Amino acid sequence: MKYVFIIAGVLLIPLTIAAGLIWVERRLLALFQDRYGPNRVGPFGLIQVLADVVKIFFKEDWIPPFADKAVFVMAPGILIATILLTFAVIPFTDNFLVLDSNIGILFFLGNSSLGVYSIVLGGWASNSKYSLLGSIRASAQMLTYEVFMGLSLVGVVMMADSFSLREIVEAQQGGWFFIPQFVAFLVFFIAGIAETHRTPFDIPEAEGELVAGYHSEYSGMKFGMFFVGEYLGVTLISSLIVTLFFGGWLGPAFLPPAFWFFLKTGFFICLFILIRASLPRPRYDQLMELGWKVLLPIVLLNILITGAILIYNSSL
Amino acid sequence: MISILRSIWFTFLHAFHKRETQGYPEKKPYLPPRYRGRIILSRDPDGKERCVACNLCAAACPVDCIALQAANDYNERRYPLFFRINFSRCIFCGFCEEACPTYAIQLIPDFEMGEYDRQNMVYEKENLLISGEGKYHGYNFYKVAGVDMGVKGIGKGENEEPPVDLKDLIH
Ligand code: SF4
Ligand code: SF4
Repeated sequence: MKYVFIIAGVLLIPLTIAAGLIWVERRLLALFQDRYGPNRVGPFGLIQVLADVVKIFFKEDWIPPFADKAVFVMAPGILIATILLTFAVIPFTDNFLVLDSNIGILFFLGNSSLGVYSIVLGGWASNSKYSLLGSIRASAQMLTYEVFMGLSLVGVVMMADSFSLREIVEAQQGGWFFIPQFVAFLVFFIAGIAETHRTPFDIPEAEGELVAGYHSEYSGMKFGMFFVGEYLGVTLISSLIVTLFFGGWLGPAFLPPAFWFFLKTGFFICLFILIRASLPRPRYDQLMELGWKVLLPIVLLNILITGAILIYNSSL
Repeated sequence: MISILRSIWFTFLHAFHKRETQGYPEKKPYLPPRYRGRIILSRDPDGKERCVACNLCAAACPVDCIALQAANDYNERRYPLFFRINFSRCIFCGFCEEACPTYAIQLIPDFEMGEYDRQNMVYEKENLLISGEGKYHGYNFYKVAGVDMGVKGIGKGENEEPPVDLKDLIH
C-alpha cells in the first residue's frame, strides 16, 4: 500500500509542479522584465493555469492530413513518459522514492536519450520542412550534450563510489559535491538546459526561423503535452542537480528533509527561468562549437583530475 | 563568459525595479488635453451650433468616415442636417479638427468607446453634439467671418475696416 502512495505521489508531484510552472515562469519572466504577468484570474493570477488548461483542452485537436498519424499521436507521449519514468529514481527523501536502483544515473541518461525520439519522431511524422529542420537540430544538439552530461557525472560517481542516486546523496553528508565538482556542476547545468531545450539552447524550436520547430504542426493538448514535457524536464534537471551536487534532501535539521529538497529544486527552477529571461539564442554552429571544443575537454580534464586526487588520497 | 554572467545579473536586478505596467482599467492613465480620442461637435459661446456644414472635415478625412448634409435655418445660417461619424473606421488622426474653420469638430481625451455591436460605432449628430465649447473657449466664427448672420454686421468686427464701395474707386 505504501508503494502505491509513493508512486502516486511521485507521479502527481512533478505533474503539479510542471503545471504550476506555467504560472511561475510567466510571473517570474514578468518580474525580470518589469511587468506583472498574469494577475487577473484568482489570487495573484494563480487560477490562470486552470484557465489555460481548460482553453487548451477545448482547442481543436487537429492532425494534419499529410502527417503520419500513429507516430504523430505517439510522439508527445514518449516525451512525458520518459521524463516521468526518470522521476522514479529520484530520491525526494531517503525513504520517499519509488526505485532505489543501483544504476540510477544510467537509468536517467538512458531515459533522456529515449526522450530524443519524441522530438525526432514528432518532427518526422509532421511531414513539414520546419518540423523536420527542428528535429534535426534537436537530435544533433541532444546527442552532443548528452555526451557531456554523462561525462560530467563521472566525477560525482567516482566520489560517491555508486550509481545509486540515494547513495550519492548520502555520500554528500560530509560536504556537497558542487564544491569539489564545481566544473562538473557547471557543465551539467549547461547540458541540462540544452537537454530540455530551453532558451538560450532552444534552437530546435527557434520561433524566429522555424515557426515552432518540431511542434509546428501540433495543436490542442498534444501541443500542450510538449510544453508540459518541457516543464517536467526543467523540474527533472533541477532535482537532479540538487540530488547530484547540492546534497538532495540534506540540510539543517530544523526543517523536514523533503522541504529542503523542494526548496533547492525550486531555486534551480527559478535559475532556469532567470537564464531564459537574460540570454539570447546562440547560432547553431556556436552551440556545437561550445559543446565539442570547450565543454568536452573541460569534463575530460575534470575526470582526470578527480581520479588522480582520489587515487592519491586512497594511497595515503 | 563574463558578459553572460553580467547580463544574467543585470536581468536579476530587474526583479527589484519598479514595474512599468499601467493597471489600466483600475488605474486610469493621464491623458494630456490634446490627446486625440472621441470626436465631439461643440457650440458657440451663445449656444448655437458651431458647425457650418462646409464639408471640409469630410474632405480632409483620410478614411472617409465623416458624412454630413448641409441645410439652412430660418436665418439662412448653415448647419448640418445630419452629421455622422463611423468610429469603427476613424483612425483618430485629427485631420478633421485641423481642417475645421470654426473649431466645431474636436477630438477629446476619451478613448473608451468599446461596443459589442459594430453598428453602435456609428455616432449620429445627437451623440456628437455637446452643449459646451469644448477645448476652444470664447471663439465665435461669425465674429470674424465676412457675412452677417445676426452676430455682427459686415465691417463691424474688431480690426475690421468698413467695406469699400468698389464703384467709388472708378471715379
Ligand atoms: S480623426 Fe481623422 S479619421 Fe477620424 S474623423 Fe477625423 S479626419 Fe477622419
Ligand atoms: S465640422 Fe467643421 S469642417 Fe466639418 S462641416 Fe462642420 S464646420 Fe465644416
